[in-house]
Amino acid sequence: MGIRFVLLVNKQGQTRLAQYYEYLTLEERRALEGEIVRKCLARTEQQCSFVEHRNYKIVYRRYASLFFLVGVDNDENELAILEFIHLLVETMDRHFGNVCELDIMFHLEKAHFMLEEMVMNGCVIETNKTIILTPIHLMDRAS
Amino acid sequence: MAGGSSSSSSSFSTAPAPSLVDSLFQRSLDDLIKALRSQPAGAEPSLLSRAVAEIRREIRSPDPDTKAVALQKLTYLSSLHGLDASWAAFHALELLPSPSPLHKRLAYVAASLSFHPSTTDVLPLSTHQLRKDLSPSSPPPFSSLALHLLSLSASPDLALHLAPDLLPLLSPRSSPSSPLRPKAAAAALRTLSVCPDVAPLLFKPLVDCLSSPDLRVVSAAVGAFAELASSGDPTPYLPLAPEFYRVLAESGSNWILIKLLKIFTRLAPLEPRLAARLVDPLCDLLRRSSAQSLVFECVRTVFSGLPDHDRAVRLAVDKVREFLASADDPNLRYLGLRALSMLGPRHSWAVEESREAVIRSLADPDPNIRREALHLIMVMVFDSNVVEISVLLVNYAMKSDPIFANELLDAVLTTCRRNVYELIVDFDWYVSLLGEMARNPHCTRGEEIERQIVDIGLRVRDARPELVRVARGLLIDPALLGNPFLCRILSAAAWVSGEYVEFSRNPLELVEALLQPRTSLLPPLVRAVYIQAVFKVLAFCFSTYIDQLEISQLSSSIVESNTAAAASCIADGIAGMESTDGIATGDKPASLFSSIENKDPFTCESLTKLLILIETAVGPLSENDEVEVHGRARNLLGLIHMLREILTWKTEEQGFIKDNRIGEIVNLLQSMFSEELGPVSVNAQNRVPVPEGLVLEENLADLAWTLTEDDTAPSMSISFSLRSHQHGKTKDAAASSVRSASLLAEHRKRHGLYYLPTEKDETESNDYPRANDPLLPASQGDVPEDLVKLTKQSLIPRKVKHTKPRPVVIKLDEGDGVSTFPSTTVKESKDDLLSGAIHDALLGEGKPSSSQKRYSDKSSRGRVKDIADTGESVSQSKENLESGNREHRSSGSKSKHRGHGKERHRSPQKNEEKEEKNHRNSARSSHHHERHKHRPRGEALLNVAPRAPVIQHFLL
Repeated sequence: MGIRFVLLVNKQGQTRLAQYYEYLTLEERRALEGEIVRKCLARTEQQCSFVEHRNYKIVYRRYASLFFLVGVDNDENELAILEFIHLLVETMDRHFGNVCELDIMFHLEKAHFMLEEMVMNGCVIETNKTIILTPIHLMDRAS
Repeated sequence: MAGGSSSSSSSFSTAPAPSLVDSLFQRSLDDLIKALRSQPAGAEPSLLSRAVAEIRREIRSPDPDTKAVALQKLTYLSSLHGLDASWAAFHALELLPSPSPLHKRLAYVAASLSFHPSTTDVLPLSTHQLRKDLSPSSPPPFSSLALHLLSLSASPDLALHLAPDLLPLLSPRSSPSSPLRPKAAAAALRTLSVCPDVAPLLFKPLVDCLSSPDLRVVSAAVGAFAELASSGDPTPYLPLAPEFYRVLAESGSNWILIKLLKIFTRLAPLEPRLAARLVDPLCDLLRRSSAQSLVFECVRTVFSGLPDHDRAVRLAVDKVREFLASADDPNLRYLGLRALSMLGPRHSWAVEESREAVIRSLADPDPNIRREALHLIMVMVFDSNVVEISVLLVNYAMKSDPIFANELLDAVLTTCRRNVYELIVDFDWYVSLLGEMARNPHCTRGEEIERQIVDIGLRVRDARPELVRVARGLLIDPALLGNPFLCRILSAAAWVSGEYVEFSRNPLELVEALLQPRTSLLPPLVRAVYIQAVFKVLAFCFSTYIDQLEISQLSSSIVESNTAAAASCIADGIAGMESTDGIATGDKPASLFSSIENKDPFTCESLTKLLILIETAVGPLSENDEVEVHGRARNLLGLIHMLREILTWKTEEQGFIKDNRIGEIVNLLQSMFSEELGPVSVNAQNRVPVPEGLVLEENLADLAWTLTEDDTAPSMSISFSLRSHQHGKTKDAAASSVRSASLLAEHRKRHGLYYLPTEKDETESNDYPRANDPLLPASQGDVPEDLVKLTKQSLIPRKVKHTKPRPVVIKLDEGDGVSTFPSTTVKESKDDLLSGAIHDALLGEGKPSSSQKRYSDKSSRGRVKDIADTGESVSQSKENLESGNREHRSSGSKSKHRGHGKERHRSPQKNEEKEEKNHRNSARSSHHHERHKHRPRGEALLNVAPRAPVIQHFLL
């Protein structure tokens, strides 16, 4: 499994989206999120976007007040994951129009759907923004 | 990105058209979020518990809308606030069959976020609904949801039951560009990994996906294979190499290429011809690609998959240098360092080429980059450059931030310790380096330094003078006593000074250092070590003094000049001592007496002062409430009182000689410490065989007899050599020591088993020059200069002529430096199941599956091994490290290759085989078929062709 989890965390360290592709208990998740947030949020712009944590590698990127943190296997391609993060942000941006923390909070399901379209079982399966968003548009129209 | 779009939030209605009553009372998710946002700090727990209580009530409602909203809220709370949602699993299940797309979606999201086989016991209940949603007749979005749930929460049972339902989705017939096919491929991967038994069913369609015209399908399939190949044994995928190679040549998508390269990284080491074929396309990609991610993946593939192909390595190293040189992108710098450390020591020239960049990275603002650089440098340490690198790092640690400083110290300590100090030639240097580390204000590695100081003292006889010198430096510095991280080092220093006090230049000063007032800052256990050291030093001082007097008497009797003044008497004593060196020092190195400097010999006066000093400093400690300190202080004071009672020596020097009691006491004490301590093998205990006829449960009544018989031997159980502190012995003492030595020899002969072999180093130690000169003139430089200096030095090992021979390091055979073997067996079992199953799916028809063989009895094993021996196999060298069982298995799967060329299409037999496996898993499966149980196993194994021709067929 390439991607182990995708986390969105705001500047205060509050989780805004959490999708795990491997099973962790709630306590493990809470501990993991706390440790990662402590490690990554303290880093500066001049430092690289990769942090090793336990047996994961965290690839993260900051967009305005939101941190996108992706936990991957050790042999995963870090730069490709950065591109994936950027793609996720662009997709959200296209859908919400200037996406911000509140959009994701109030539309958590949609954010999950976008992720579902892009990643399955830890593998990136879709990178075309239009195709990713099509089912969501369909859903919007249906409801 | 910034700028709220809260307006859009209101347009999103969470539950359409709720029934009238419920809509009046139920809070929507939006309400809940707003409430959570507006609550005052600290009120969250109460708000959450109220919300959960609300949800518990609502979720039981018969109205699906109310239930859906409740579930939605619960999903939100459990996902972001970490609340337990497992209790609601059944309610999510209830909503799965809902005809409303919205409810279905909510239910699936809730399920996929919280369901897991280990916690969700209602999971099997979802089987039917999942099958329904996966069927081709249901709308694609529903199937998509079901696939997603399957890929996140599949249990082995669920995977087994639903695998056939994945087939239509995986097949190209469904529709040429179905959005479901890539998802089905990803879900198939999950199914395969939780339940290897479905491999015969799913593997072929997954392979077919590789030749799909739809890039997304190819991408998903390649991703799945990359995952399969990297999670277990990659050998089963080797026959697919031509297929992967074709995709590599045809595909232009970077995502696919990266995943493909991951597969090739695993496959290339298994098949040299594949590696050779890869060089060209890889070089091409390295030269032309503008995507750094792809370039980096190529570098990684070359470094870990094709390290023997110089052309590719050369090109990749050039790319890495570009990475390292990118000043504005820390990511590339980091990855460049990572890539270099993949290369390993064999290609140290690559690091050598970039050494300046690597060394400069030690000062990078990013600690992660610094750490990588450090790691890389430590891989490049050889005995030729260990001095330069260690000095550089230890000096740099002085100026670095505390965390990194300790990482640097750690790196040096672990590297130098490796394999019983195999890198260290000059121990005097290393010991003083340890002293320097201890003086680093950030040092928190006291325990490791303590361990090494004591360890070197025990193992390296020739390093002891320098050790004592370094220890003195640490002990006399009052500033170090206040640092809690250093007390362990001080404890080691005190121990070394006491144990090897004969190398001390000034034992009196040492006692003062050990008893200085600030020692009260030390923890009790360390104080106890200090007091014990004082005890040893005191015993040494007296014994030396008596020896001096005896010798002076001896010499004065020779020159016939008696009753000289005390001072001149002692001076004569030393002169006489030197003249009779050869006899008097016997088994002692000559260094002993030159280390006691002439200007400060022991005199009656100085010894009296010493006693007073010890009495005043230790006296209060006899009331200490720590037993260790208390006990040792009492011991010491007891000795002093004993010495004080004998008054004669106070008045005249000769009193010592006249009153032989002091001599006796001192001799007694000396003999207590005279035996040298040596390192003990961790296996020493195991090596002692249980003597024949020993019954451990036996009554120990005859123990007393045994004790009286063996009592003559010294109490120290393990000794390398016997060293006596008495020099210039009187004939009496000499005779007694001869007697005890012979007794000891006899004892050893009888109980030789219990002793480690005596080392030969005693004979060699004397021609080793003692180095008391301060070392390390280079260590005072400034850091940046040093950094640059090192960049001029080569990291490559070069031949250095050592000026002095490496001292003997006592090394115990198997117990030392052996780290525990990593145990990987647990994880492998599952991978092997999967790869075995894939072997069957890919290659074998009409033969027993490898997993079947695994269960087979041992009688077939020898035969299979024979075949493995004759067949030439690439993987064999890889396998031979592993257990016989594993070899047996891989050779079994090798036998599969024969069938590969003949038939690739699945035959009905495949299904039978699957059923048979089901039978084996009958604990959870209901299929029972006995038909093939007695299929002769050996038959298929008899005519096994070597694998090489098969591969050739595919590659060329």
